[in-house]
Amino acid sequence: MLSVEVNHITKTYGNRAVVNDVSFTVNQGEILGLIGPNGAGKTTTIRMIMDIIKPDSGDIKILGEKLTETSKNSIGYLPEERGLYRKLNVIDSVIYFASLKGMDNQLARTRADDLLKRVEMLAHKNKKIEELSRGMGQIIQVIVTVIHDPKLIILDEPTASLDPVNAQLLKDMMLELRNQGKSVIMSTHRMNEIEEMCDRILMINKGQVVLYGGLADIKSRFRNNSVIVECDGDLGKIEGVMQRHNQKRAIELVLDTTTTPQQLLERLIKKGIVVNRFELSTPSLNEIFIKVVGDEHEQDPAVS
Amino acid sequence: MNKTLLLAKHELFTTIKRRAFIILTLAFPVLALLGLLAAQVIPGMIKPTAKVENIGYVDEVGIFNENTAQGKIDFVSFHTEEEAKGALLNGDIKEYFVIAPNYISTGLIQRYTLKNEVEPGGTTQTAIRNFLLSNLLKGNAEDIIERAKTPMNILSTTLTRTGEIASRQGGFAALILPYIFSILLMMSIFFSSGYLLQGLGEEKENRVMEILLSSVSPKQLLAGKVIGLGAAGLVQIIAWLISANFLMRMASANFGNVIGVLNISLDFWILGIIYFILGYLFLAVIMAGVGSISPTSREGQQVSTLFTIPVVIPIYFMPLIMEHPESIGVKILTFIPITAPITVIVRLGLSEIPIWELAVSILILILSIIGCFILATKLFRTYLLMYGKRPGFKEILRSFRNA
Repeated sequence: MLSVEVNHITKTYGNRAVVNDVSFTVNQGEILGLIGPNGAGKTTTIRMIMDIIKPDSGDIKILGEKLTETSKNSIGYLPEERGLYRKLNVIDSVIYFASLKGMDNQLARTRADDLLKRVEMLAHKNKKIEELSRGMGQIIQVIVTVIHDPKLIILDEPTASLDPVNAQLLKDMMLELRNQGKSVIMSTHRMNEIEEMCDRILMINKGQVVLYGGLADIKSRFRNNSVIVECDGDLGKIEGVMQRHNQKRAIELVLDTTTTPQQLLERLIKKGIVVNRFELSTPSLNEIFIKVVGDEHEQDPAVS
Repeated sequence: MNKTLLLAKHELFTTIKRRAFIILTLAFPVLALLGLLAAQVIPGMIKPTAKVENIGYVDEVGIFNENTAQGKIDFVSFHTEEEAKGALLNGDIKEYFVIAPNYISTGLIQRYTLKNEVEPGGTTQTAIRNFLLSNLLKGNAEDIIERAKTPMNILSTTLTRTGEIASRQGGFAALILPYIFSILLMMSIFFSSGYLLQGLGEEKENRVMEILLSSVSPKQLLAGKVIGLGAAGLVQIIAWLISANFLMRMASANFGNVIGVLNISLDFWILGIIYFILGYLFLAVIMAGVGSISPTSREGQQVSTLFTIPVVIPIYFMPLIMEHPESIGVKILTFIPITAPITVIVRLGLSEIPIWELAVSILILILSIIGCFILATKLFRTYLLMYGKRPGFKEILRSFRNA
């Protein structure tokens, strides 16, 4: 079942299309990574999903239907610009936001206690928000996001300003939710988090979708016919190798279009070279991001 | 519970727990009580001396030679100005005056004193006036002279068009309550809408808006805030009215039974509450619009002045409204949504307001509230999440069309 269906949404401010004909889906029980450079239109896309901003055209379905005030209760949202009532204490804040999601106060109190215990913040439940550190405040914000057991969770830069321990805690929570069949949309600039957690990615640049699909698929699409080799002794000249890039211990060999990695391995063995490591070189998501965004940047005459 | 009511409940309880709200709610009765106590204590402290004082005079007309004792003041006759001046400088008299030979035709009295003052004290003026009057009327009966000193005590009665005694009578007693009520109404409307503005600014600054909008619609958010803060304003005005009732009874007991004759009609209360609610709603939705386009609560408060000043226009023109309650200008103020609440409350104390005028005024206010609510929701949707930047006039107009 699809948790989110976004069909050809467009949002224009003045003459500038901030989001231009964007379509994608999120399946139940998957984490979709939303990436793109600053100002690409990620937050506007998320705000349109949340019905905070109305799209100029296109439509969005959440859990099979158009978003209503009731179906908002099935979504947990952690916005990029986050904050809580500074004068309110932790437990009252959590209960208030849970009640706005249609949750019974008593149930919210019990669940808030459980979640606070899990993040080891139960002792802080009667403290005012202004008395907490920024990171602690963000953890409370995460609790507010999931307190009502939502079916869809949307996180905009969730680990920004979290220390590594709390960031890991958050990632574990999200993976656990995914395993429970919940869907997660996660927007971040941290490519390692996308690689660690996401099943599929959606890359937006200048309001348009530039990459969309499974992580493994996208990586294979950007593979550049090169291999990483670690061996004893000097390789010497090898037929079919166009370039060599020395790494710490290994060497990346870029092959010409007529040579396959299999043929290269055979040639190395024939030359009597002891091969300790031989693997297909796959670009990191970071490299793909820089390549895609960089190419778009070069093609934009307005930028140059 | 309905989300709008949840928001309203949150706003109400957050506001009435604010220190500023509690201080302000208590400030009115406490200050009024202190004022009453001061009004009792201070006159006793500054009461004129019980000792008889001498005022000299030089009579150049020749008829002012009797009734020289007027209350606590004795009038001492001198033949010449030089003698009188000598007595003044010696401290035998506190001042003197010369009744000019042409006094009968001009009324001219030339007064000399060692004090630097704006005008003669009330007691001195009354004593001189009564001294002159008693001598001018000498030969008449004592009661005639006394009546001449206080020639009238007006007792007015307002009649209806059919010649019956009207249920609503004018005068100070009837005016005081609408006057106080209009001031309280204005303060309460200002403070409630001010809290709305401040709350919106704080939520923008705290970045809470987007979290709220992920659970409720901009319309629910706006309605919840307006209802909650309106309820807080109502709590405040009820607290003030209860204390005002108590304080006015106290004041009445102390200063003659002025308030005791008050007859506050039911329609005054009903219209007072209607106009409080409508006036507050109108200003609140405007403040919501202002709050959503202002990057900080401080900037919001500066812009809001543009809308709060017109609300107090009827207070500036209160003497004119009192004198001409049925003039065309006053009628116009009754129909302008922003000036209507205070104008109607003041007019209610002075004259009957035709039903059609009230109906039109209320209808205009309701339509204005609906219109402003729609526009404020559009601004809410467009600008609540815009941080650190105030949109220009053209952008605002565009957002009315696009949102």
